[in-house]
Amino acid sequence: MIETLGQVLTNGILMGLIYSLVAIGLTLIWGVMDLANFAHGEFLMLGMYLAYWTYSLLHIDPLFAAPLAAAIFFLLGLVVYRVVVKPVMKSSALSRILVTFGLGVILSNLALFLWTPNFRSVQKPLLEGTMVIGFLRLPSGKLVVSLISLGVSLALYFFLLKTRTGRALRAVAMDADAAALVGVNVEKLFALAFGLGIGCAGLAGCLLAEFNYVAPTVGSVFSLLAFAAVALGGFGSIPGAVIGGLLIGLGEAFGGFLAGPAYKYVVVYGIYLLVLFVRPKGLMGW
Amino acid sequence: MVGGSYKPRMLTPVLIATGAAIALGLPLVLKAPFSLHVLIMFCVYGVLGEAWNILGGYAGQISLGHTVFFGIGAYTSTVLLLTRGVSPWIGMVVGIVVSIVASLAIGSLCFRLNGKYFVIATIAVLQIVQTLVTCAQSLGGASGLSVPVRNESLASFQFNSSKVPYAYIAILMLAVAVFVVARLDRSRSGYYFRVIRESKEVAESLGINTVVYKLYAIVLSAALASAAGTFYAQYVLFIDPNSAFSYPMAIKMCLLAVLGGVGTVWGPVVGALILIPLSEISRAYIGGGGQGIDLIIYGLLMTLIAIYRPDGIAGLIIRGRPKTGGERRATLGHGSTSSGSN
Amino acid sequence: MGTVLRLQEVTKRFSGLLVNDHVSFSIDENELVGLIGPNGAGKTTLFNCISGYYAPSEGRVVFNETDITGWAPNAVCHLGLVRTFQVVRPIKQMTVLENVMIGSLCRAASIDMARQSALGVLEECGLIDKRDMLASSLTLVDCKRLEIARAWATKPRLLLLDEVMAGLTQVEMQAAVALVRRIKATGVALLIVEHVMEILVPLVDRMVVLDQGRKIAEGNPKAVLSDPYVISAYLGGELHAGS
Repeated sequence: MIETLGQVLTNGILMGLIYSLVAIGLTLIWGVMDLANFAHGEFLMLGMYLAYWTYSLLHIDPLFAAPLAAAIFFLLGLVVYRVVVKPVMKSSALSRILVTFGLGVILSNLALFLWTPNFRSVQKPLLEGTMVIGFLRLPSGKLVVSLISLGVSLALYFFLLKTRTGRALRAVAMDADAAALVGVNVEKLFALAFGLGIGCAGLAGCLLAEFNYVAPTVGSVFSLLAFAAVALGGFGSIPGAVIGGLLIGLGEAFGGFLAGPAYKYVVVYGIYLLVLFVRPKGLMGW
Repeated sequence: MVGGSYKPRMLTPVLIATGAAIALGLPLVLKAPFSLHVLIMFCVYGVLGEAWNILGGYAGQISLGHTVFFGIGAYTSTVLLLTRGVSPWIGMVVGIVVSIVASLAIGSLCFRLNGKYFVIATIAVLQIVQTLVTCAQSLGGASGLSVPVRNESLASFQFNSSKVPYAYIAILMLAVAVFVVARLDRSRSGYYFRVIRESKEVAESLGINTVVYKLYAIVLSAALASAAGTFYAQYVLFIDPNSAFSYPMAIKMCLLAVLGGVGTVWGPVVGALILIPLSEISRAYIGGGGQGIDLIIYGLLMTLIAIYRPDGIAGLIIRGRPKTGGERRATLGHGSTSSGSN
Repeated sequence: MGTVLRLQEVTKRFSGLLVNDHVSFSIDENELVGLIGPNGAGKTTLFNCISGYYAPSEGRVVFNETDITGWAPNAVCHLGLVRTFQVVRPIKQMTVLENVMIGSLCRAASIDMARQSALGVLEECGLIDKRDMLASSLTLVDCKRLEIARAWATKPRLLLLDEVMAGLTQVEMQAAVALVRRIKATGVALLIVEHVMEILVPLVDRMVVLDQGRKIAEGNPKAVLSDPYVISAYLGGELHAGS
């Protein structure tokens, strides 16, 4: 019994760390720009496809493609910001919601059209085996991806805490007008935040391809999980996103274990709704 | 948009007479079943668009999970018919009641969340309900439920030989929906909804009980969507969690209203007029693989409208030029990045 | 002469930060009271406590002998207490007339009666010619006028005005003062927050001064402004004539 619970716990933490990375991207955009990126999961999905195609065509393992993915998606984020997001930054709430939502719909259906709904996967990933520690079974691919996610999360956290740009980002998150008054280039920071956010999503997607199946529909699932994680941890808070991600991972693992795999997302959304009602600002957010 | 001062020209006798003539004559003129099908779907989506419009367009509470009420309507009437032989008409009324109760529950819980969080909550609710229904064997599970074929009659809400009666019922439903919204547009509630949409604080300061009015909006909205759901079940004669609690349909509902003009009486109808024939035709000619395409177009439309024409088509007609986001804030001097989240 | 508003030891804390510290004063019927104090004195927070946007941590707010402490803003509005906002918030998609009608609807039984009432208010506020203009196309001055008109349309017994003079030119300020006087002439009591002293002194019946959350002076405007305690509360020992 302990063994099973321990395994479930471990599964939850491993996935939770990956969800954290996705959630960090989302919370960064939300905190700095006050924008809910409804297309977040779709960028993750594109990251997965990037990994899949570089593997199929160039035989590069997703783990090695990851840095490339991070860079490409960061740049993509900057472009998307300039073309799609910037025009609506001062518009109504409805417009801002619709813009990213519409983008998400475009991306997921474009993927559906171009690459069919068929599930694909990386056939022979670099890390195929399973590490066994005591009674715990840790799939190598998932373990390494989790650790990389943790590493990137920590790097981002320190970036925000210690560097000048990071502090500027936090200033804008707290009060964009005040930051502008003090001479901060808010415009550039919005672009940076969006780029980083999309970069996180794309990177996470690429890493996930190491062991997860790839399909156009994957995006919406991860989107909602990411939103749930961010809501749990508090919109705008990076530590909150990490904690939220872990909680979602654990919720999914235990929910699936206790209620059956069909219900696991019900449990996750249920947790999300519960937290929102009890603490609308999330556990650590402002 | 310009609610109360929306010129009454829309309701002049000439237009009403013309509209009625078209409404009565069209189903007879359109011989091909496919054309009738397009007409019927146009009406169904028109009703759904108006339903969404009440909560999202007027009251500003954006729900992307609104098909939950459509599904409740469809399932309630079908289950009652299957298990107790209850007439679908009564089933429709019961479905509306259930939807109203559900909407009150959802509203009470979710309205305290502001803008963005509310949107996600509605999506979460839809996903939860869809999953629960899929897992519920007593409701047919993932395979869905078939509406039993019965004698064709108005009482049994089933017409097997021709779509024309369905068309007339659908047109009637659309007329009712438009009427409801038109009355709302000029009523105290309509005014109050618009204030709530702009700012909850201002609404409260002027004596408006925002909680009560938001609940009123979601109740009306749910009732209309639910009725459409029952109609759909009786028309298609088969429902399953995927089609009844459909996420793409929830998106379409919102898109229709946005395309045609949120917060206007005719906006969703205009939106449906443009989108539905396009969508049905593209589905028929491109087939299965084309599924993605019409959604791509919706996504594109949604994004472009949000950037360039936030007022939708109705806004174009009324005001003749785009209202850019910058203009909205230019005169008021408060340029903070926080949007009007209620 | 009844007492319209009575604040008893109103206190507001935010996670340990004391923003209003046992503030007590009262406003009589048809009185025009000015609320002043350096930035951060807690004036807007006090407004929020009175009008129901915050619930006071301690103390009572009594309006016309009814204890309204912690009541919601919409309930308070129906009793006759209404406030304007420092950052004006017109309903942009509605016309000027429709904006004011929202206020009138608080008291009117029908849309038509609300419209009549609103037209009257617009006339008084000098906005009648702009009644069919969209609120989004108004200048700042007119937005402020609209804000006041909308609040006035709810037929309040006590009107709270939050820094209506901010950003106005001298001429515009005079017009605003005239409007405030007209409102007072109809029997409404007013509590106004302002920074522009030279406007307030001839206008108000009484002044209340807040500093760091506490009331430090109250009374006749000239007397209050020569109070050394009040003078030192403001920066540099000099009172600013401008905002």
